[in-house]
This record gives sequence, C-alpha cells and structure tokens, in this order.
Amino acid sequence: MPSLKDLRNRIASVKATQKITKAMQMVAAAKLRRAQTAAEAARPYAERMAVVLGNLASGITVGPETPRLLAGTGADQVHLLIVCTAERGLCGAFNSSIARLARDHANRLLAEGKTVKIICVGKKGHDILRRQFGQHIIELIDLRSVRQIGFEQGDMIAQKVLGLFEAGEFDVATLFYSRFRSVIAQIPTAQQIIPAQIETTGASSDAVYEYEPEEGEILATLLPRNLTVQIFRALLENAASEQGARMSAMDNATRNAGEMIKKQTQTYNRSRQAMITKELIEIISGAEAL
Amino acid sequence: MATFNFELVSPERVLFSGAVDAVVLPASEGDMTVLSGHAPMMTTLKTGFLVITSNPGNGRRVLVRGGFADINQNGLTVLAERALPAEELTQEILDKEILQAEMAYDATNDPAAKHAAESAIAQLREAKAALNY
Repeated sequence: MPSLKDLRNRIASVKATQKITKAMQMVAAAKLRRAQTAAEAARPYAERMAVVLGNLASGITVGPETPRLLAGTGADQVHLLIVCTAERGLCGAFNSSIARLARDHANRLLAEGKTVKIICVGKKGHDILRRQFGQHIIELIDLRSVRQIGFEQGDMIAQKVLGLFEAGEFDVATLFYSRFRSVIAQIPTAQQIIPAQIETTGASSDAVYEYEPEEGEILATLLPRNLTVQIFRALLENAASEQGARMSAMDNATRNAGEMIKKQTQTYNRSRQAMITKELIEIISGAEAL
Repeated sequence: MATFNFELVSPERVLFSGAVDAVVLPASEGDMTVLSGHAPMMTTLKTGFLVITSNPGNGRRVLVRGGFADINQNGLTVLAERALPAEELTQEILDKEILQAEMAYDATNDPAAKHAAESAIAQLREAKAALNY
C-alpha cells in the first residue's frame, strides 16, 4: 500500500507528463498545418509532370534507344530501397509501420535470392532497420538540420540515387514513405521509381506533337527530374504524415494521462479518508475504554 | 484576341493559372511566343524571363530556371524547376542564383552542361543588370 506522499508524488509526475504531451500535440498541430499546405502545394507539379511524362512515353516504343531510367537495365537482381522516415520519435506507429513495410519487402527479395541495398532517409528508420539489415544499409541521409523541406533536399537525394544507378549499383529502386490521407490516416506506401512507372493516357496520344529539342533528349532530361519530383513529393507527404501521426499519438497520450490522474486522485482521496476514519475510531474506542 | 489556358507550376506552388493572350517562353532553342491555337508541342526551357500577357500592353515577367513547356489542345503548361516572379526578385536572390549557377558550372566536365550553366549565368547577370536600371 503506497503512502499518501507516494501517491501525491505520482500524481504530480503524471501531471507534468500530461503537460508535455499536451504541448507536443499543439506544436504538432501547428506544424501539421504548414506541412499539409506544403504537401498540397506540391501536388499540382507532380500531377502535371506525370501527365506530361505519360504523353511523352505513350509515343515512344521501348527499344535499345530508350533511356534506362524508363526501360530499366533489363535485370532485376539488385534492389535499392529508399526508406524515408522521421528524424524524431514519439509519433505513434509512424516510423515502425514504414520500416515494417520495407522490412517485409526486403525479406521477400532476400528469400528470392536478390541483393538488397538500403538508403535510409531519417534517423528513426535507420535505427529500426540497422538491427536486421545492418550490412545492407549503404547510406544514412540526415535531414535533422532541415527545418522546412525544400526542392533542394529532394534533388540532393535524387542526385545520389542517379549517381548509383549510372554506376550500375542497382537495377530497381523502390521508395518507401507514408502517404498523407488525413490526420488520423497515414498509409505506408511502396513506390517503384526506377524504372519509372508511367500511366500512359491513351486519350491524348493521337495528337501529333512537335518536339524541341529531340524527343529522346527531352525524355532524357525529363526522367531524372521526374525522379527528383517523386522523391520531393514523398518527403513532403512524409513530413505531413509525421506531424499528423504525432498529433494523434500525443492526443491519446494526453487523454491517457488524464485518466491516470483521475484514478490516482481517487485512490489518494480514499486512503486519506480511510486514515482519518482509522484515527477517529482509535480516539473513540480509547475514550470508551475509560 | 483569343485567349488560351496557361498554367505556370513550380515544385513548391502554382504561380499562375488562368486565361492569357500570349506567353513568351525562353525555350532552349530560342525564345518563342505562344498564342492561342498553337500546334501541340513540347520543349525544354533555359534560364530566362517568361512574359505573360493577359491583356495587350500589360506583361508580367517571371524568371524561370530550367523546366518544360507542354502545349496541347487544352492550353499551355509550364513546369519550371525554379520560378521567381519579377516583383519578388531582389539583388540578394539573384546573387545567390548566380553563385549556384557558377558552382554548377565548376562542378561538371560535360561540355553540354557547361554550356547550359554558362548561358544561365549570362541570363542571370542580364536580369541583375535589368533590375539595377
């Protein structure tokens, strides 16, 4: 049976924790709004890019001339997984669900006898994956010093990936991130980015396009840029998802702390009353004995 | 004058969307003007000013650095890698852009990329001179 003082201390500590979680929830809510507008502002570019690329690709037949970013290397032996997670924890299952998706994917590939290489963007995913795939991780990209994700970060990662691709380090690249659907729903997603997945729209392909410079040349510059855009978009979606996940996790934590305080206060009051009653009984029975 | 739909999109935001009379594009093989009813065309862009005319004698200028223009029956879509409206341009921003272009110039050995960076630097210097009057 804890003493009254113990109970008092316990209540005070839970209250302090509740204050922290409450503050974190509010900070996450403010950051979420910013991250969400950024993610939504970036959507049109990515969508138009997909349309333009679709138009272009539908007019091209895959041959030896086709850029390798579109056609692939012809093999699928070495897989690169780019796992985007957060730099900080305390955001519910956000990091672990992305890492789990990546881990399942990696395990399946390894079981098929493929080679797996992993690039981690964000410390948390690295921490989780290191235990099992330590020797597969080739790089950790740290975005901790970045406050607002800009196009430069997407470009930096894309350049690294392109460098590896050109050096023949891998055949297929898959991007792992969390798609932001709403504050309470973030969907861990795996997206193949090399070779590029293009939805061809049959509707507009009948128009005769003029190209300046040559078709192939445009495609050759468009494909790396598409990669950058996809990565940039994933980073933004991820940032919004992270804040959303943190907000709901901290909301839960605040509620739990509230319940705990209620219960503890009740126990505290009960044992205080029990103590008073006990003392009264002692006094009365003492007086009666005289 | 017949108008057509024009959209200017940069990775961070949509800069312009609406009906316009004419748009001058800094296409990689020479500046070109797009009017309504232009044949379907796709071109890459170099660094330079894009001029949007929504009614005669009234142009809005936007500095773009690289990107694509897609002209089809639905109108013109410009995907700019970087886009800065002339109103937002300042000396410092241009200096930073020039520095970046110079770094890109120093970083490559590919003659085509070197040439692209060189013309970007020239364009940016020109823009800077234009700002100073």
